[in-house]
Amino acid sequence: MAGEVLVEMLTASLRLERGDAGRQSFLLEVSLHALPGITILFGPSGAGKSTLLDCIAGLTKPDWGRIVSGEEVLFDSDRGVNLPPQNRRIGYVFQSSALFPHLSVEKNIAYGLTHFPQEQQSERVTEILQAFRIEDLRTRKPEEVSGGEKQRTALARSLVTLPHVLLLDEPLTGLDAELKDSIVEDLRAWNSAQKIPILYVTHSRDEVDALGERVVALERGRIISEGTPGEVLNAPRRRRLAQAAGFENFLNAIVLDLREADGVMRVRLAQSSSEIEIPLGYASPGDHVRIAIRAGDILLATERPRGLSARNVLEGKILSLEQRGAMVIARVDCGVALNVHVTPGATRALELGVGKPISIVLKTHSCHLVDD
Amino acid sequence: MEALLLSIRLALCVSAILFVIGMPLAYWIAFSSWRGKFLMESVIALPLVLPPTVLGFYVLVAMGPHGPLGKLWQKTFGHGLAFTFTGVVLASVLYSLPFAVQPLIASFESVDRKLLAASFILGAGRFSTFFRVVLPLSKAGVITALVLSFAHTLGEFGVVLMVGGNLPGVTRTVSIDIYDRVQSLEYAEANRMALLLLAFSFVVLSIVYGVNRKIARRVWSPWPAKSS
Repeated sequence: MAGEVLVEMLTASLRLERGDAGRQSFLLEVSLHALPGITILFGPSGAGKSTLLDCIAGLTKPDWGRIVSGEEVLFDSDRGVNLPPQNRRIGYVFQSSALFPHLSVEKNIAYGLTHFPQEQQSERVTEILQAFRIEDLRTRKPEEVSGGEKQRTALARSLVTLPHVLLLDEPLTGLDAELKDSIVEDLRAWNSAQKIPILYVTHSRDEVDALGERVVALERGRIISEGTPGEVLNAPRRRRLAQAAGFENFLNAIVLDLREADGVMRVRLAQSSSEIEIPLGYASPGDHVRIAIRAGDILLATERPRGLSARNVLEGKILSLEQRGAMVIARVDCGVALNVHVTPGATRALELGVGKPISIVLKTHSCHLVDD
Repeated sequence: MEALLLSIRLALCVSAILFVIGMPLAYWIAFSSWRGKFLMESVIALPLVLPPTVLGFYVLVAMGPHGPLGKLWQKTFGHGLAFTFTGVVLASVLYSLPFAVQPLIASFESVDRKLLAASFILGAGRFSTFFRVVLPLSKAGVITALVLSFAHTLGEFGVVLMVGGNLPGVTRTVSIDIYDRVQSLEYAEANRMALLLLAFSFVVLSIVYGVNRKIARRVWSPWPAKSS
């Protein structure tokens, strides 16, 4: 690509309130930093992901805030700066690809280059057609190319203008995994030279895992956690995301003491005298915390186990058993009620039945602290 | 024949004027987020429901020697506006306005907003986006608007009679000519003209429906169809 190598960061702090009279109002309030490379914006639909992108692109005006791309201030409510989308040097690819249906692939890509001389235009178009492997489609109309080719064209159309930031709104939803991978690979290859921040919106856990970079989880207009996919998906900080990530059990507890050296803290479960050990979190003794545990991460034993590495053993009894396919869901009362997944074989071998006394075993690191 | 040529001249003038003023008006109605724009839409649709005599009456009053428009015209050009060709053109523009504007609104509104957003982000301004994206995707609406305003003006009777009277070569259009001939029992002559107009109208409408069935249907509803 022609020329300059950019190392620029995008920062956006903004607030936007949408009140439909009578209906529930929506508040978007985020502060986001995106370094060069892919940053995934993850969250359920309605979380405000697309609205956030629209604010960055200049399609929607936040009530308050500041958006800076590299050195350039795109929006600053205090100073009355609000650059129009035309001047923001941003690329934006929509889920619908939004290719101009009356123009060929080539003309779509050249759309944002009219201020360059003809020669330079065709040079740049050819280059990007190669980078995204769509040279053969040059003269085709959007209706004559496949879904994946449409998104390749849309990416090429955005990137040929050398934007300073790229916004992708669920660009690969509906494409099969192999196709996704190959498009993402081409995008990464292209960005290894350009090094611009790419904000990638998705509601799919699979995509978060596959893209595997920095993740920002958004929910109800707020950032609820950020980090690597592992951190965000496996150790959710808030209750609703934890549910989305497959947690069946939530426990309230009070922090008793912190054991910094061991990286754990002891907590007492609410409405119970049981004490367990959980990973150290941002909490102080006396704080109320919420703990998320997957039903599949809990062990059942008919006798109190000995010689076990797991630190947390609670006594209780079985309230109910329910077979679902190749899995039995046991509801266990151990001061608090927990759902536990066991196999039908284990159910038979342990002769599990309603009312049977039982021990449950929790590994410390299966207990995830969540904000509430 | 004089009457037919006059009608065609009138229809051409009116379509040309409507093309020029209808475009920005339709653009504004299609894309404005102003809450009160339904009022504007109602005003534009009025000629669809008003009897031509009512519209013609008010236009005549406005153009008359004591009306605001008539006075202004008299001052500027030294002659009145009523019972002139220009007067008939002005009245016809008002009368045919919905036939030009509504197909344009309908086709502008059916352009995907994401395409506009994409165009803006790629650096094109509103003006450039209109000519590079909106207009090429609204071809059917533009053709429909042109053809309908032409055809509607060609067949108009009441407004022309009210505003223009019946001056041969100046305001006696084909429909008035037919009326005249029937009044004076020249049935053969009237029939010749009527048949010509009938055939012409049929051809024109066939073109419109052929170009885009969807848009052509929308045109006949008094309010522009929403694209959502």
